[in-house]
Amino acid sequence: MVQLSWLMELSAAIFAIGVAGFLSRRNILVMFMSIELMLNAVNLAFVSLGSRMGTMDGQVIVFFVMTVAAAEAAVGLAIIISIFRNRETVNADDLTLLKW
Amino acid sequence: MPPILFWFLATLSVVSALGVVLQRNPVHCLLALVLTLLAIAVLFIGQGAVVVGFLQAIVYAGAIMVLFLFVIWLLNLPVVTGSTGRLAAKLLGAVGVAALLAELEVFWVPSHLQVKAAQHAAGYGAIDALSQTLFSEYLIAFEVTSVLLLVAVVGAVALARRTTDAEVQSQAGNSSRTEKAA
Repeated sequence: MVQLSWLMELSAAIFAIGVAGFLSRRNILVMFMSIELMLNAVNLAFVSLGSRMGTMDGQVIVFFVMTVAAAEAAVGLAIIISIFRNRETVNADDLTLLKW
Repeated sequence: MPPILFWFLATLSVVSALGVVLQRNPVHCLLALVLTLLAIAVLFIGQGAVVVGFLQAIVYAGAIMVLFLFVIWLLNLPVVTGSTGRLAAKLLGAVGVAALLAELEVFWVPSHLQVKAAQHAAGYGAIDALSQTLFSEYLIAFEVTSVLLLVAVVGAVALARRTTDAEVQSQAGNSSRTEKAA
């Protein structure tokens, strides 16, 4: 029998790895992938708790998270493409236009 | 789900998640991310969330990640060698991550997770149970999602669209013509 705490530990570990990637990588695309990692860690927690409580709500929320992730990926990647066209870089440290 | 399968998937997902963060080449990061997503999909299915698990594999790993891959190929990035970013930021990030992990560990100690395992009703996690919940309790959220997707599509097209020289000239021509008419 798989303990609920194991699943939550796994979820916490993947979330922490996603945060670490977001903070340490400077390539915008990899930062984006780290966000996806964090989203998936939360999805895992939702499904585990929902399954343990026998309700479908956790799975429905995961469904919505996937939809939002798809929308976010579409808009975010479009922004990355248009930034790359104008600035020829995907390094987050080089994008200092809004900095004063 | 037998514990041995859980440990296999847990190891696989953590190692490939580390791969996302540690690989230099963005394509390798992406492939590691796909592996993580697939391991999580199997974990979903193992807990009875069959439809969501397949959606994860087909939509997330199949469609969204391929979109990422297309963008990486489209940008044709130069290969970055050597370390990037400031060391101070990385150290601060590591401390922050350690703090976050410690906080989650304290919050999720097993004594807080004494949820009594509920019996799954027949058809738990199947598409009819999912859609019954989705179209009754979460109907408004579902409808709002369709607006969100529409806005995302329009926004993505508007952002990624390249204005060609011909269009710029025709716009300039139009405005000069209207000026003459005025």
